[in-house]
Amino acid sequence: MNFELVKKIILPLLVFVAILGVWMGIANVVEDFPTPANTYVSAFGGVNAEGDEVEGVLADPFYIENEDDKGVFWQILESLKRVFGGFALALIFGIPLGLLVGMSKNAQYAFDPFIQIFKPVSPLAWLPLLLFIFQDINMTAISTIFITSIWPIIINTALGVRSVSEDYMNVAKVLRFTPLEKVVQIILPVAVPYIFTGMRLSLGIAWLVIVAAEMLTGGIGIGFWIWDEYNNLAYDNIIIGIILVGLVGFILDVVMGKIADFFDYTKKGRA
Amino acid sequence: MSEFLSLKNIEKRFPIPGKEDYIAVTDVNLEIKKNEIISIIGHSGCGKSTLLNMISGLDRQTEGNITLKEHEVKGPGPDRAVVFQNHSLLPWLSVYENIEMAVKKVMPELDPRELRERVEKFVSMVNLEPAKDKLPGEISGGMKQRVGIARALSIEPDVLLMDEPFGALDSLTRANLQEHLMRIQQNVENTVIIITHDVDEAVLLSDRVIMMTNGPEATIGEILEVNLERPRNRVELQHDPEYIRCREAILSFLYEKFAKEDE
Repeated sequence: MNFELVKKIILPLLVFVAILGVWMGIANVVEDFPTPANTYVSAFGGVNAEGDEVEGVLADPFYIENEDDKGVFWQILESLKRVFGGFALALIFGIPLGLLVGMSKNAQYAFDPFIQIFKPVSPLAWLPLLLFIFQDINMTAISTIFITSIWPIIINTALGVRSVSEDYMNVAKVLRFTPLEKVVQIILPVAVPYIFTGMRLSLGIAWLVIVAAEMLTGGIGIGFWIWDEYNNLAYDNIIIGIILVGLVGFILDVVMGKIADFFDYTKKGRA
Repeated sequence: MSEFLSLKNIEKRFPIPGKEDYIAVTDVNLEIKKNEIISIIGHSGCGKSTLLNMISGLDRQTEGNITLKEHEVKGPGPDRAVVFQNHSLLPWLSVYENIEMAVKKVMPELDPRELRERVEKFVSMVNLEPAKDKLPGEISGGMKQRVGIARALSIEPDVLLMDEPFGALDSLTRANLQEHLMRIQQNVENTVIIITHDVDEAVLLSDRVIMMTNGPEATIGEILEVNLERPRNRVELQHDPEYIRCREAILSFLYEKFAKEDE
């Protein structure tokens, strides 16, 4: 009998029951707050407490009624497109900039104050400015993601470059490596695990940002959808939205973690 | 005929802001012949590693000059291969790839078959065929140091520079590596400079032992010729009068003439 495994299953179940308890408590106190049972029906379909037949949000996530009325799958897909758009831009600019800041003391002096100042700025502070510049929902969302997720990539790439041991550089000097050979054969292999840590942080931030950004920009996307459900007084759907956002974020993090491990030489070849 | 490797009036100063310069080594003059094995021994802080770094070109002397085959040493290069104390293997490359990387860079003219043969030759020279596809993290400290030696030798340097190559290893592994080095040296003649603080290692391996005085302003105190036939056997040597003489000379230099208080 694998006791550890049993604990890993039983203990989360206990917490789940506790969460349901708190939830039902809140539903009792707050008027119109959806109960767990009602939320389940709203998600998967069935007959709700009022005796109405409900189709369920997750019963058909792929439906397209018209441009403004699409299933949650399309909402999430639209959000993911924006996230990856901004994330890809952050990589394209962040990694070279991080390499530069890590390798050159002068570049570090030049850029570091601005990295430190812009890093803690909330994405929502950028949003109105970017909306004013682009006057377009997609461009605004993508550029907001870009500008908030680029910092961890720059910082971690630079950290990775700086963690290259002096000994490796001495080997490169004795062998008379060119600057390009130093970057490709020594610096990148050391820095790649750090770069992936930065990417993982960035992607996490990007997924946090997109929900808030879409609430403000409107149109389509899981953030907008949640806000729209609030306006429709469909509070049960908000809870479904929260769980969906959490699940997608979790999956993104796990996938990113697996990719990071694949490129991390310290995790390879260890029996 | 001019000497193979020559150090003339070498001095290394480190500027200290607001104070006088710190003079690590000064007035070092040394001529090293081709295929000679030299040990440099001294207490820690005597500037022996600084001296080696200046020969390798990783560090630059403030005064004097170093010439190898009549060319002045101006920076690091593959004609002076270094075996670092901490082996400095690239941890993401296998044993084979670590050596291959060096050979590829220094001998770009080799075709793929010649490259493979050369790398394999040096892998087997240090008896690492069974481990050739392993990563440095998967092999022992002694094996790593053997890869370091193979990598250094594979690029056919004029001089092999070893900075306390066996310092981080236990004494049995160290003895084993010394045997490896002596055996390799019998087959391929190399000019070798070894930094060490181990008296037995210095006598066993070297033709001459350079004894450094204590820093600051360290310099060469004495030079000892080791007149022992090769191949040398560490067990038989224990009773050899010449071995005992050399050992005593170094011990007396290190612990009587230049004893260090805090050691």
